[in-house]
Amino acid sequence: MILQLRGVTKQFGGLTAVKDVSFDLAKGEILGLIGPNGAGKTTLFNCINGVYPVTKGTVTFLGEDVTNSPTYSMAHRGLARTHQIVRPLNDLTVRDNVIVGACYGSKRMGLGAAADTADKTLEFVGLAPRSESLAGSLNVAQKKRLEMARALASQPTLLLLDEVLAGLNTAEVSNMLATIRRIREQGVTIIMIEHIMHAVMNLSDRIIVLNYGELIASGAPDEVAQDPQVVEAYLGDPELAAQLLEKEKEEDGATGNA
Amino acid sequence: MKKWLQPGLWIPLLLVAAFAAYPAITGSASARETMFTMIMSIGLASSLNILLGYTGYVSFGHIVFFGLGGYLGFWAIDELGWHLAPAVLLGGVTAGLLALLLGLAILRLRGAYFALATIGVNEAMKSLVMNLPFLGAATGMELNFSVYKSYGGPATALWMVYWSLAAIVLIITVVSYAVKKSKFGLGLMAIREDEDAAGIMGVVSSRAKTWAYVLSAVFPGMIGVLFFFKNGIIEPGSAFRLNLSIELLVMVMLGGAGTVLGPILGGAFYQRLRGLLLTSDLFKNIQLAVAGLLLLLIVLFIPSGAVGWLRERSDRLRRVLE
Repeated sequence: MILQLRGVTKQFGGLTAVKDVSFDLAKGEILGLIGPNGAGKTTLFNCINGVYPVTKGTVTFLGEDVTNSPTYSMAHRGLARTHQIVRPLNDLTVRDNVIVGACYGSKRMGLGAAADTADKTLEFVGLAPRSESLAGSLNVAQKKRLEMARALASQPTLLLLDEVLAGLNTAEVSNMLATIRRIREQGVTIIMIEHIMHAVMNLSDRIIVLNYGELIASGAPDEVAQDPQVVEAYLGDPELAAQLLEKEKEEDGATGNA
Repeated sequence: MKKWLQPGLWIPLLLVAAFAAYPAITGSASARETMFTMIMSIGLASSLNILLGYTGYVSFGHIVFFGLGGYLGFWAIDELGWHLAPAVLLGGVTAGLLALLLGLAILRLRGAYFALATIGVNEAMKSLVMNLPFLGAATGMELNFSVYKSYGGPATALWMVYWSLAAIVLIITVVSYAVKKSKFGLGLMAIREDEDAAGIMGVVSSRAKTWAYVLSAVFPGMIGVLFFFKNGIIEPGSAFRLNLSIELLVMVMLGGAGTVLGPILGGAFYQRLRGLLLTSDLFKNIQLAVAGLLLLLIVLFIPSGAVGWLRERSDRLRRVLE
């Protein structure tokens, strides 16, 4: 097991953002984490990598209890993440941003080795032509790639991707999907938060669903998509949702016939 | 090591060396005094830059290290009869230790809170020294004139102090460059850009910030000993001068925070300007107001300073200027 969560709960004052979440993650798996806006997905990431201390529960990473470990120690252990709202180091070059990831990540490389890793990683995510630009001058899609490159350069065992597809156009999305598949081929375990359903359904081996901070479903993508609780969480009334789905099918059928 | 031959290092070094050599060519004591002030400013500004420019932490009270180092070194020379060289080291070590202790306490604070705390530290240290009888309390201490004899008389001693200062400032320049080009320096700059993101990437920010603070404090402590040894007198008002702290910020911002060359140009230009203002009838009483105005204009219009501005203009300059 790479990661085990047991009863992880996070309260902000009276608000319970994450409630009693438990799951296991095996090596090489891609786990999709979905749920409506405000369900606590990013908060759960923050609990895993030490941004927030958890109120209750335990996080075990690579067999060690890492509950409430500081963020830098999680990075040293081999956990890397990207941010939904990108956080480039604006006044440093793209290359230096990635070198920071390599220098201070799981391998703690020296500058020379880190520079080589950075160049390779930038090539891999397709940012090599911009490597000498300042990170602040990139567009959104490029900044998302930079987040990815920084995380990858740290040679992580587990990668947390927080909405890397949001805000990208169709072409950029398919580029990014290809990149994620290639990362998985390198044996990196991934948890991804994503709202673009076809993407998350296609990529994930397994999906877990959060709603109001609680884990309401877990399973293969097809099972989860059929789960009435999940449908309700996303669309409200399950019967209404079912009717809508029926209607859509009929319309599809109609156009198909015509 | 290829990186030691880069223009980013030798341009600043040559500049400092040229400033330092100027009074030797003319041989005049007044030129030496002018250049002493300028080179001292360059050294203090370059030290502050390690914290302000690389790490992004504004210290309003950086002069506390200059004052405390100066006091301890002065005391060692005056009371214990130490030679200048170990006294300078003592000043540096004391300043570094103070920064280490302070760092553990106040570097948890961020932004304006840290800046305010540094002012508090300076004022607190001033009050403390004013109440310590062995450091001369409020009236300070005075060196016995005979002390200079062991250095070959006052005239020789003053030149020796000048060359020692020049050597220390050259060392600061090398250290500043080495930090900027190191893994440690990259970590500092990551902290400057986004401390939380740096932590998530594995930078242990509490440790890195503390070492940056210590490094930026050691040299002002050493310079303080040289300055007060040269003056032959030290008292709390001149050792913990908050004005000078603010002026250091202006120098760093003017030349370009986070660059090796910036504090050197900024320090030189600011001291030249200050010299002109102090001798003009119109400005002599309001020269600090000019400094304040200058800081305001820089922050508003060229926040990256002169060197930063040049670096942004062309890739070629970016490769040459560090």
